[in-house]
Amino acid sequence: MNQEIKTLTISIYTENNIGLLNRISAIFQRRHINIESLTTSQSEIEGVNRFVIVVNITEDQAKKIMGQFEKQIEVIRAYYHTDEETIYTESCMFKIKSSLLFEEPQIQNIIKDSGTRIVTVNKEFFVLEKSGRRNEIESLRRDLNVFGIMQFVRSGRISVTKEEMKITEMLSAFNNQ
Amino acid sequence: MNNTETTKKAQEETQKTERISGSEAIIRCLIAEGVDILYGYPGGAIMPVYDELYKYKDRIHHVLTRHEQGAAHAAQGFARISGRVGVAMATSGPGATNLITGIADAQIDSTPMVCITGQVFSHLLGSDAFQETDIVGISTPVTKWNHQVTKASEIPEVLAKAFYIAKSGRPGPVLIDITKDAQVAELDFKYEKCTGVRSYIPIPKINIDAVKAAAELINAAKKPMIVWGQGVILGKAEEELKAVIEKAGIPSAWTILGASAIPTSHPLNVGMVGMHGNYAPNKLTNECDVLIAIGMRFDDRVTGDLKTYAKQAKVIHFDIDPAEIDKNVKTDVAVLGNSKESLGLLLEELNENTHTEWLQEFKELYAIEFEKVIKNDLSPTKEGLTMGEVLKQINIETKGNAAIVSDVGQHQMIACRYSEFNKTKSNITSGGLGTMGFALPAAIGAKMAAPDREVVAIIGDGGYQMNIQELGTIFQQKVPVKIVVLNNEFLGMVRQWQQLFFDKRYASTEMTNPDFVTIAKGYYIEAKKVTKREELADAVKEMIASKNSYFLEVCVEKEDNVFPMVPAGASVSDIRLS
Ligand SMILES: Cc1ncc(C[n+]2csc(CCOP(=O)(O)OP(=O)(O)O)c2C)c(N)n1
Repeated sequence: MNQEIKTLTISIYTENNIGLLNRISAIFQRRHINIESLTTSQSEIEGVNRFVIVVNITEDQAKKIMGQFEKQIEVIRAYYHTDEETIYTESCMFKIKSSLLFEEPQIQNIIKDSGTRIVTVNKEFFVLEKSGRRNEIESLRRDLNVFGIMQFVRSGRISVTKEEMKITEMLSAFNNQ
Repeated sequence: MNNTETTKKAQEETQKTERISGSEAIIRCLIAEGVDILYGYPGGAIMPVYDELYKYKDRIHHVLTRHEQGAAHAAQGFARISGRVGVAMATSGPGATNLITGIADAQIDSTPMVCITGQVFSHLLGSDAFQETDIVGISTPVTKWNHQVTKASEIPEVLAKAFYIAKSGRPGPVLIDITKDAQVAELDFKYEKCTGVRSYIPIPKINIDAVKAAAELINAAKKPMIVWGQGVILGKAEEELKAVIEKAGIPSAWTILGASAIPTSHPLNVGMVGMHGNYAPNKLTNECDVLIAIGMRFDDRVTGDLKTYAKQAKVIHFDIDPAEIDKNVKTDVAVLGNSKESLGLLLEELNENTHTEWLQEFKELYAIEFEKVIKNDLSPTKEGLTMGEVLKQINIETKGNAAIVSDVGQHQMIACRYSEFNKTKSNITSGGLGTMGFALPAAIGAKMAAPDREVVAIIGDGGYQMNIQELGTIFQQKVPVKIVVLNNEFLGMVRQWQQLFFDKRYASTEMTNPDFVTIAKGYYIEAKKVTKREELADAVKEMIASKNSYFLEVCVEKEDNVFPMVPAGASVSDIRLS
């Protein structure tokens, strides 16, 4: 039995229609599943959107909700993957007082060591940006927190699978029908 | 004009492009889909469409119900008895929200329905304009699909898609919300029926290996049992089911929505499963070695406690909806597809068989149920009238050929348990949602869709008053439905639970009722009240003989209970007889 709670990345390929986000989030809501993060964007296929949703659930639960997603008229396919099966990343931004950049040499070391990019610097503040796994971002946040962070934001996960997804094939099969 | 001619004419009309208004386009789409009747209620945001209806009134009959909920249920009743798409229409805001209960009911009971709602002008959307509600948002969780149209040019394609989605695969309700400017603006109209939506696979392909694996299990079974649901009726697979049952000699039971697919009198029909189902099929669910579920979804009212449900059995599940497989009960073999086709294939693989001893076990348990429950329900010796004996009289007078439309409560369970069903699509009731107020309007739709059938609505005094205003529709439309109210002056089913599980604390379940006969007569409907056993047979006879609508109130025992009963959350084999 696959009853162990895991971090799973759900990918839902959909038609590009208003209202689908509602239908999809309602499926999680009805089952009391908390969404850890959600990203939606265009996919590799024209006119097809992709939702990438991270949740902590069992694989049994995941299987059942895949059926509920695919049941939605405008959902083309839904998949779920474990962390081992995907390559994934998140990105984040920090806004920090400019004075700190000069007064706290520590900060400059943190930026250098963590491979963080400076997006902009002006008189009042500077902005850092970093992409990576959740733990890298968290550790950076801990390091910077000591000095004071004016704003912090982290994106949802984006992810691609190591294995091929047969979605393109499926769609062309339909178009040739 | 008959239906095929109408459709042909409609098709010809749609070949050429014409410049017409959005609201005329809506009507023309409906006609092209073969709609000749719809149920609804007008209002500001849908008035252009009503204005067009006036022009097309010889082609499409609009039934003014007295409440939008009535319109939705009438459309459901229409769809359930005909297998066609029911259509309901309402204005924006309160009109639209009043449809919601019917839509939710249609969704859970897989009823094909298209609802059209008017909406405020698109430039007002999101501004809290007069009678604006986000009906697309509200209806999202209870529709198979919904969509808001803000441009006239979208109307033909969206409506074509709506009908296709509503009736294909596992049917369901679709809501199309159309802004007033889209109704008023003009478009180049041309109608093409929808034949597919790329992200939607209505009927999964049947895997023949799964059919063979199912047949193998059934052929080897000593104690097989079938539980069929509405999927058989929706898939028009009644003949195939009967052939399967007979060839393999399998005792077969039904869920409430599966009722009537196989005649009640069939020797292998062993009754209803579920909370108030029959003793034998409930008990023996936990003794069969192979459980064959066909077009049913293992609702909790059917399974009771899942932890103890059919644990000893290998489970085979036939269904059109992949999301139903393993949703509640883990299956050993799943056969996806349309039931007509998959049962046809199964039939070829089955060995002829009889399971005489196993069937005998059902008969023995039936005898116990008969002695403890059925006898007292159908031929009572105590003074008060029982609901069961009323049903018995109706069976006698209609010879089991009536369509029974029941509301929700004790009378519903009695109607399902005791109605004789000779014909398919004869049990029209609110299964999954359990919607009080369903029966009166649903009976209107059913009778209008099948005027040649006797349609008898069985309703409790509580549920009757939830949509009693539809008597007005019955009167105005002259729909000859027969209405039977079983009056126990209680919200009987709730009272039964209070008696059994809440120490007889009858909190707010006693009803002081009005003079129902006077009310019916106020709507110019013939009416009679029966309080004594001696009057019952004649009254039912008179009602069935009547060519018009007829209201019959039967005052029944106030505190009767419905048994058998699987207490909520208990195991089906812990079914109680008293
Ligand atoms: C709209 C709605 N409200 C409440 C209920 C809860 N409910 C289920 S059965 C029932 C009692 C029904 O009473 P009545 O219509 O008199 O029928 P009886 O059980 O007496 O046959 C109630 C209140 C319901 N099913 N639907």
